[in-house]
Amino acid sequence: MSFISVFDVLGPKMVGPSSSHTAGACAIAGLAQKMCSGRLKKVEFTLYGSFAKTHEGHGTDQALLGGIMGFATDDIRIRDSLSIARERGLEFVFKVNTEETDIHPNTVDIRMISDSGQEMTVRGESLGGGKVRIARIDQVEVDFTGEYNAVIVIQQDRPGVAAHITRILSEADVNIAFMRIFRESKGEKAYTIVESDNRLPGDIKGKLLENPLVEDVMIVQNGQGGGSDD
Amino acid sequence: MIDFKSGQELLKLCDENHWKISQVMRQRECDMGEADAEQIQDRMENVLDTMKISAYTPLRNPVKSMGGLIGGEAKRLETHHLKGQDICGNVLGSAVTYAMAVLEVNASMGIIVAAPTAGSAGVVPGLLLSLEHQYHLSRQEMTDGLFNAGAVGYLAMRNATVAGAVGGCQAEVGVAAAMAASAAVELMGGTPGQCLDAASVVLMNMLGLACDPVGGLVEYPCQNRNAAGVANALVAAELALSGIRQWISFDEMLASMYRVGKKMPYELRETALGGCAATPFGCRFCGKEHRS
Repeated sequence: MSFISVFDVLGPKMVGPSSSHTAGACAIAGLAQKMCSGRLKKVEFTLYGSFAKTHEGHGTDQALLGGIMGFATDDIRIRDSLSIARERGLEFVFKVNTEETDIHPNTVDIRMISDSGQEMTVRGESLGGGKVRIARIDQVEVDFTGEYNAVIVIQQDRPGVAAHITRILSEADVNIAFMRIFRESKGEKAYTIVESDNRLPGDIKGKLLENPLVEDVMIVQNGQGGGSDD
Repeated sequence: MIDFKSGQELLKLCDENHWKISQVMRQRECDMGEADAEQIQDRMENVLDTMKISAYTPLRNPVKSMGGLIGGEAKRLETHHLKGQDICGNVLGSAVTYAMAVLEVNASMGIIVAAPTAGSAGVVPGLLLSLEHQYHLSRQEMTDGLFNAGAVGYLAMRNATVAGAVGGCQAEVGVAAAMAASAAVELMGGTPGQCLDAASVVLMNMLGLACDPVGGLVEYPCQNRNAAGVANALVAAELALSGIRQWISFDEMLASMYRVGKKMPYELRETALGGCAATPFGCRFCGKEHRS
C-alpha cells in the first residue's frame, strides 16, 4: 500500500467544488499537457459517464482547460480559464459521450494538436480525492498516475529497447521505482513507462532518442497540483 | 520509523512514548514522508491559512454557487448571531457558520482544502476555528489539532473509505466530523483514548447517512450536512471529555461504517438518484443533470 500522507487527508488545496470533477479534471489535463511536445494549438475534450452528466455544475470544463494551460488545482485562474484560453488563442471544444458506458465513471479523452500539427490523444480517469490515472495514450492502454516523475518512451516493439532504456537511466543515476511496457500488438508500437522518485535529468531525452527504435520520449516531472512547493 | 495501521496501534504508540496523537502523526509524517519537522509545520500552517480564508470570506462577501442552490447562508447565520437571536451558543454557532461558509466558497469555485473531501471540507475548519476564537488557541495548537484530525482521516482512508460514491455521506461528512471531534478533544486537554472515543461516537451517530446531492452538485444538502457534522463532532467531544467511555472502539466502528457503506444501494451513493435528489424538488434538477 502506498504511503498516505497527512496532506493527502488535509488536501488537496483546490478550487472547488469537487475533488474528482474539478481538481481531478485539472490534474488529468495537467498531465496531458506535459506529455504533449510543442505549443498547443487546439484541444478537444470528450467527457464520459458522470463527467458527461454533471460537468457544468462542477466547473469540470474550466478545470480541464485550466489544467491544459498548466494551472495547478489551486490556481484561482481556473474560474476564468475559458476566457484566458481565448485570449491566448488556444482553440478548444468540449464534447460529451453518453453512449459509451463500459468505462470508469469519471473519464475524459483529451485530443491535443500542437502548432507543428502533432496530434496525441490521452485518456484520463479521476479516481476521487483528486487522485487521477492516465489510462490510454493514443490507442494503447497504459497506467500511470503522475505521482512519480515519469519518462514515457514511444518505441517499436523490438528486442533491446528496454535494455537501452535501463542503461541510459542507470548511467544518469536514476533509481527506477516502477517500469512497465505496454503495446498495441506484437511487433508494433509500444510504450515504456518508467517511474522514479528522483527528478529526471533533462538530457536523458536526447540519449534515449539515440536508439533508432525509439520514436519519441516524454518526460513528466511530478509536482502538479496540491499547491505545495515540492 | 513511526507508523500505525489502526487506532489500537496509534494508542499504543501514544502510550509507549507519552505522546499525544498529533505528536505521533507529526513523527509519522517526518519518517514516512521523508520531511523534517519544520517543513511539515510550514505546510500545515499553509493548510490552516487556506482554511481560514475559506471560512471567513463569505461572511464579508457572500457568493452564489455555480448550481444556484446555495449562497449567503454563512452571512445570514452571522447576522442572526450578532442580533443575539442564536440558540446554539458561541462555540457551536460559530462552528456551524464557518462550516457553511467553506461549502459556499467550494460551491462557487473558490479555494478550499479538501478535509478529507471537498464536499465535507467545512467540518474540520468549522469546529477548530471556532475553538481557536473561544479559547485563544495558538498557531502551534491549531496545527496540532490538524495533525490529530489527519491521523483519524488517514485511518479512515486506509482501512475504510472517504468517498461518498463508495460509502455514502457517512464516509465523507461522517469521517470529517470524526476527525474534528478527535482534534477538539486533544485541544481541550483530553487523552488519546478519549480522542478516538469521540471519533467512534461520531461514526456511530452518523452511521448510514446517504450521499444524495440534488442534481449531483456539491451544494445541497451537502452544506447542511457540514453543519450537522460540526454539531455531531461537538457533542461527541463533550461526551468523551466528560469521561464517558465507549464500548465500541474506533477501529470497530470504522469497519462497521465501511460495511454499511458497501451495503448501501447505488442510488444513495453520490449518483443523485435517491434520497434528497429524488424528492420532487430534487427531481427538478434531474433534467438539468442530463442536459448537455
